[in-house]
Amino acid sequence: MATESNTEKLLERSGLSLPRGEVYLIEDRCKGCGLCIAFCPKHVLVVSDKFNKKGYHPPELVEEEPVNVCINCGFCERICPEFAIFVKEKKEE
Amino acid sequence: MSIIKADTHPLDRYLRTERLPHVWCPGCGIGTVLGAYLRAMEKIGMDPEKSIMVSGIGCTGRAAGYVRMDSFHTTHGRAIPFAVGLKAARPDLNVTVFSGDGDLFAIGGNHIIHAARRNANITVVAINNFTYGMTGGQLAPTTPETGITTTSPYGNVESPFNLAGLIAVAGASYVARWTSLHVRRLEKSLEKALKKRGFSFVEVLSQCPTAYGRRNRMRDPVDTLKYFQKYAVVKNHVNPLEGVIEPNKPFVVGEFLDAPEEPTFEDKLWELTKAEFLHTSQAERSEWIIEHRRHLEVLSRIISGKGGEE
Ligand SMILES: Cc1ncc(C[n+]2csc(CCOP(=O)(O)OP(=O)(O)O)c2C)c(N)n1
Ligand code: SF4
Ligand code: SF4
Ligand code: SF4
Ligand SMILES: [Mg+2]
Repeated sequence: MATESNTEKLLERSGLSLPRGEVYLIEDRCKGCGLCIAFCPKHVLVVSDKFNKKGYHPPELVEEEPVNVCINCGFCERICPEFAIFVKEKKEE
Repeated sequence: MSIIKADTHPLDRYLRTERLPHVWCPGCGIGTVLGAYLRAMEKIGMDPEKSIMVSGIGCTGRAAGYVRMDSFHTTHGRAIPFAVGLKAARPDLNVTVFSGDGDLFAIGGNHIIHAARRNANITVVAINNFTYGMTGGQLAPTTPETGITTTSPYGNVESPFNLAGLIAVAGASYVARWTSLHVRRLEKSLEKALKKRGFSFVEVLSQCPTAYGRRNRMRDPVDTLKYFQKYAVVKNHVNPLEGVIEPNKPFVVGEFLDAPEEPTFEDKLWELTKAEFLHTSQAERSEWIIEHRRHLEVLSRIISGKGGEE
């Protein structure tokens, strides 16, 4: 996603930053389809080892912060067919 | 940082959450499209109390069972006549048909072209997954040429309908096509379709990994979305007749038609009845009913799903 990182650089140079998001999950609704993982522009999500109630592997966050941080783009929330994952804007601490 | 555990979702107020998880296979696009629809509803402030979702038979048709509003799961192919009749009787309600390509364009094909011709003020969301998913993946009028299905094991030799072109030519007011990958634009388009007076039609190409993808080298749902990413060309106001979809070739997604407002089917029915009904006595009304029996019969045939196609 070349355009996005360019945007980020531009924003940074002008002293602004991209929004940050917090990822939420209703674990037992997930069917482990991997769509959120495959299409997150920031590659924030990975498959976890754990099983949910139905035997699927829900996503989890990658370890490597701050390279991979959620920018609250909402794509995972929109692509998820299960109404399982969603994001909220992270307020500055 | 880890994912925060939640037990409610922002769209839960529109969903019959007690029925979740839904029946759709892992990675099926129907849930994604339903989400886009509910977000569009929320965005324009459409009141669920004043809205109704009608669907036919098929995996897509199951959507009506998951929305927290009045809904009706009709017999196969008959979602459109049910919805047209409902809107004619209750023009105050927002009526949406949410159904599959097979339901709307195979068994129900006649109904949808006539509803578009009449400019019935309903919104139709058609999930085109190129097959009859529910029954195991048979050839549909939307299966791309060469597509492998249970009933075209050597590859499809027919050319599929261009749904957007067909419905635009039939007389619709709003026609768009997106895919289950174009979630944001789909949402925006659905907002417009829901607000539009007249027949609005939104086709959404979507993945059916279980019945179609598996046989066509797209076993993983991600594969179909990557296919859409590769071949979908976003363009607005392209001649709808150029909306043909051929395998492994670019195809157009976007808004094909957003026509100036014209009187709808219900407007015309209302005009017809209003002119006759206003300032009349009960006796005169009864007389009118007898005189206009034919119109009412046509209307009741539409409502009962027997068509009015003449
Ligand atoms: C009158 C009648 N004929 C045939 C069927 C069998 N049938 C059930 S669903 C379906 C096709 C559904 O295809 P589509 O509308 O594309 O839905 P999908 O499952 O792909 O979402 C058929 C032929 C039926 N239920 N009723
Ligand atoms: S909101 Fe966007 S960046 Fe954040 S996890 Fe979801 S898809 Fe990735
Ligand atoms: S898109 Fe939804 S169902 Fe699929 S893996 Fe992600 S959270 Fe689970
Ligand atoms: S069979 Fe296909 S359309 Fe039906 S739920 Fe499964 S993936 Fe979806
Ligand atoms: Mg189908």
